[in-house]
Amino acid sequence: MNAEERYTPLNWPDHPETQTLEGKNKFLGFWLFLAGETVLFASLFATYLALKDSVPDSSHPLAKDLFNLPLVFAMTMILLTSSITSVYAIYHMRNYHFKKMQAWFVITVLLGAGFLALEIYEFTHYVHEYHFTFGSSAFSSAYYTLVGTHGAHVTFGLCWIIALLVRNAKRGLNLYNAPKYYVASLYWHFIDVVWVFIFTVVYLIGKVG
Amino acid sequence: MSSVAVKKGLGASVWEYLTTVDHKKIAHLYLGTGGFFFLLGGIEALFIRIQLMKPNNNFVNEQLFNEIMTMHGTTMIFLAAMPILFAFMNAVVPIQIGARDVAFPFLNALGFWLFFFGGMFLNLSWFLGGAPDAGWTSYASLSLRSEGHGIDFYTLGLQISGFGTLISGINFLATIINMRAPGMSFMRMPLFTWTTFIASALILLAFPPLTIGVFLLMFDRLFGSNFFDVTMGGNTIIWEHFFWIFGHPEVYILVLPAFGIFSEIIPTFSRKRLFGYSSMVFATVLIGFLGFMVWAHHMFTTGLGNVANAIFAIATMAIAVPTGIKIFNWLLTMWGGSIKITVPMLYALGFIPSFVIGGVTGVMQAVAPLDYQLHDTYFIVAHFHYVIIGGVVFGILAATHFYWPKMFGTKLSEKMGYVTFTLFFIGFHCTFFIQHFLGLMGMPRRVATFLPGQGLELGNLISSIGAMLMAVAVIILLFNVVITSIRNKKVGADPWEDGRTMEWAIASPPPFYNFKQTPLVRGLDTWWLEKMEGKKELTPAEPLGDIHMPNNSIIPFFISLGLFVAAFGAMYNPLNSVGDGKSWGLPVLIIGLGITFGSMLIRSLRDDFGYHIHKEDLLEDDKGGKVG
Amino acid sequence: MGMKFGRLSFLFLLLTLVLAGCGEPFLSTLKPAGEVAETQLTLLFISTSIMVLVILVVVIIYLIVLFRFRRKKGEENKIPKQVEGSHKLEIIWTVIPILLLLSLSVPTIAATFKLGDVKDMDKVDKDGNREALVVNVRANLYWWEFEYPDLGIITSQDLVVPTDEKVYFNLKASDVKHSFWVPAAGGKMDTNTDNENKFYLVFDKEKADEAGNLFYGKCAELCGPSHAYMDFKVKAVSRDEFNQWATAMQKNKEEVQPTSDLAKQGQEVFQANNCIACHAVTANDARPETARTAPNLADFGNRTRVAGILEYNEENLKAWIQNPEKFKPGNQMYKEANLSEEELDALAEYLMGLKVQE
Repeated sequence: MNAEERYTPLNWPDHPETQTLEGKNKFLGFWLFLAGETVLFASLFATYLALKDSVPDSSHPLAKDLFNLPLVFAMTMILLTSSITSVYAIYHMRNYHFKKMQAWFVITVLLGAGFLALEIYEFTHYVHEYHFTFGSSAFSSAYYTLVGTHGAHVTFGLCWIIALLVRNAKRGLNLYNAPKYYVASLYWHFIDVVWVFIFTVVYLIGKVG
Repeated sequence: MSSVAVKKGLGASVWEYLTTVDHKKIAHLYLGTGGFFFLLGGIEALFIRIQLMKPNNNFVNEQLFNEIMTMHGTTMIFLAAMPILFAFMNAVVPIQIGARDVAFPFLNALGFWLFFFGGMFLNLSWFLGGAPDAGWTSYASLSLRSEGHGIDFYTLGLQISGFGTLISGINFLATIINMRAPGMSFMRMPLFTWTTFIASALILLAFPPLTIGVFLLMFDRLFGSNFFDVTMGGNTIIWEHFFWIFGHPEVYILVLPAFGIFSEIIPTFSRKRLFGYSSMVFATVLIGFLGFMVWAHHMFTTGLGNVANAIFAIATMAIAVPTGIKIFNWLLTMWGGSIKITVPMLYALGFIPSFVIGGVTGVMQAVAPLDYQLHDTYFIVAHFHYVIIGGVVFGILAATHFYWPKMFGTKLSEKMGYVTFTLFFIGFHCTFFIQHFLGLMGMPRRVATFLPGQGLELGNLISSIGAMLMAVAVIILLFNVVITSIRNKKVGADPWEDGRTMEWAIASPPPFYNFKQTPLVRGLDTWWLEKMEGKKELTPAEPLGDIHMPNNSIIPFFISLGLFVAAFGAMYNPLNSVGDGKSWGLPVLIIGLGITFGSMLIRSLRDDFGYHIHKEDLLEDDKGGKVG
Repeated sequence: MGMKFGRLSFLFLLLTLVLAGCGEPFLSTLKPAGEVAETQLTLLFISTSIMVLVILVVVIIYLIVLFRFRRKKGEENKIPKQVEGSHKLEIIWTVIPILLLLSLSVPTIAATFKLGDVKDMDKVDKDGNREALVVNVRANLYWWEFEYPDLGIITSQDLVVPTDEKVYFNLKASDVKHSFWVPAAGGKMDTNTDNENKFYLVFDKEKADEAGNLFYGKCAELCGPSHAYMDFKVKAVSRDEFNQWATAMQKNKEEVQPTSDLAKQGQEVFQANNCIACHAVTANDARPETARTAPNLADFGNRTRVAGILEYNEENLKAWIQNPEKFKPGNQMYKEANLSEEELDALAEYLMGLKVQE
């Protein structure tokens, strides 16, 4: 049961992330954490919906005036793609292909960074073009808090995956770090799912509904 | 490497507690810190009752009264009741399921330290310009207008300690799901484990709305957002919803573990298995579920409309059914039993009628149109103190006596326990029963004083006298703790003689690895079964082997400390609405977060595989030696 | 069955006696002064009766258990039979409470819709005038404004209502959340900052007489340091008297000019200190509500209290004007004034002379 034991593709288990008790706990605990995060985001969504287009007077921009769907669509595509690439990474982890796993995680990180860059651009655009700042109305506060909290999660996810990659760059795969990669990718998927809801609830309904 | 050493200096002990990841030591920490806050909240309660002893009293001024009243509620709920319950959960639950530790020992320590620093931060408000003054509910329109930084201490402090609670909740869920010993199926779990499980699930789902609520309030007050500012399009009712979507389940987060404690104590001292175990489990789950469906009964007078009020009225009444099931099952557990009166059992016996009174007044408030009269009056104050003292505090006091031998290896004095119980019980009913009538007679809650000539003098005086009795009772309990600790007369594994669950099968206090061999669970009331078969030990499920243990770590302390530092930075950041922003605000915020994230990074960069206790050492330990 | 019913009604009677002994007729929810509070008191009785029944059952079982099943001397080693449970019993104590609660839920739902019914609020007669009396209540930090939109008059602190008819209220707050509560007349309703709440109350003539025509109203939601002092009074008078008052108020388009020299002096002090910027002295204050930042003083001479809490006399009035912070900390007037004794005398004389009718 030595977690650092060396493996070969032959004796490497099918589900390395849940082979050890620590791994099982991590796996379960992380799902539970995501349940809490879901309620957290649900609360932010509820706040957003309650305060959508709630502005002090007509000089303040509303959802339909603001959002730039092509840009957001591009962001969505980038983030969704990054979710797929992280699936590939886990696939290779399960097959004990360390280098391939690393490569796919690097691609995931790059895509995530691209998403983040576009989001920052989007925010600065709203601020400069529409004077739509964090404190300009209840609507703006709700918008930036919801989307910004998601952005903070993306940032944290990026740092996490990078730290994992750097720390384990030279050590290969073992039953100690396999669950770490696994939950990191789980987190990344969760962020993507939240974004799908943001895209629908904030942007699509904001522009169309 | 080991956490047990023969004789230790003070410094080493302090270091041990700062770094411990042992659930039993964390239990001590929770009990000590929670107990401290319980005394603090109690003193605040006394001040409230002294102020309200007579009309137009001037013991404290109105502003200070609001601060004391707010801190009394906040402290008792977040910093006293919940942590003390966590103490017993930590001390008992892993052993009850036959585990050597919790699923995440590191996170367990982190949860404690977050709570600790959150609580300290909140209470530092007394020394830094005034405590929060908008009630523990901190309704947004009032809390936005509140002057000074009191409310900011509230929002930041609760965020920090709230994270801790959330982490602890996740930890217990994972522990109970993953760490059960062989044979410990869900339907063999002791009721205290079950209630911990459901309460943890409630924590997981109820704390995020609170976190978001205080998060938004913090942004409004410190970073210029407008969630609750009506003139900017904001809406204060959102706060009320968030607060109560959290706040109502919170009541069950507190009371379910107390139910669990009584479900352990009553069978033990009746020498009879819990009557209707499966319906008790079912009732617990149902209460947890319904707990999320009723929050708007705190908002009947907010103006949500007739339909909403009617629906929430009926949903609220529904909770009485599973609660009633529990009461009758406890009664029937005792029926036909052989009841031995001990201090824990006395509290259980005191709990049943007290809690029933609190429960039925709850049903009365569920009658929405009647609640228009009762809401925000002393009737409500009476109701929730009946539920929280009659249920939760009685549970805590019962557990203190019941589990003290298991946690510290020595028994609290039963004689002094009887005195405490008697005074506390009389004082409690004296304080709060009359308050039902004060409310009906037209006394709103949270008033800093009342005017003469409105028929409220006598009731308030009686209530205040009762509070003194409770205070005396608590002082005697403290005395009891001190005396007992000095005498330190050691007790055996099963000091109550009728223990039924696994914690009574191992030494008091248990060795740091709990079980030398993981036990095999052969049925409900595992230890009772073995005893009835004349066995002196649990049946092992594995041969004696090396035991894997986690390493101690100081990192949880630093992660929490970082947030504590960051909170000061956030509070004095230049954008804050109080207008006393400092140039150091932002840097301190960044430094604090840096400490937190830096510590997390160190944690993830350093491999921590734990260590092993070797078989030979375990055998040595058995012969009276110490693993070292 | 008959006996059971007899016992139940005895219980009911006992409860009524116990509860009715409590509180003052002008304040207590147990001495209802109208339809709304009566409905609520009935609900209190119904629910209390059911609940006392539950408590009795529990207590009886509890006492039996305590007396019969205590461990006696010589039984130290007795092991009682380990009973698993009983489906029959579980069903009994699940079903009976459900039935009890269902029986409680019927009047609950009925009363919720009855008391929440404000449809008639906007009913108009054939001339297009509203039939019912509507009062706009605006709660402010530690004082109350009562506007009668159909009559075009505004008053503060003392709400005047006619007896024996439904009085409808529009409720809101202008700063922080408060709650409007006249315990004797009925339950409370919050005054939110976000929206207007509506409900109605009824004041019975007889009960009003018993209470000396004056009911106590309170703020029931924590609103700051002076929450406990945010009282108001309700003068419940006959419809005729109400009409007289309302007419007098409507006529009060111009300020009642002071007659005595002292009062004239007081008027000057009032104007010189710019009190008039916030306090209107006529009942027809046409300013928007955001400009009405202090209580209307048109009928101040007929007030029942100074600042809602102090006995109405010259001494208290002067003390209040000079040092409001002492009586209502955190109030929005000012912390303290620096008026001379003569100025205070004059002001008091002037203010106490502001009456729309004798």
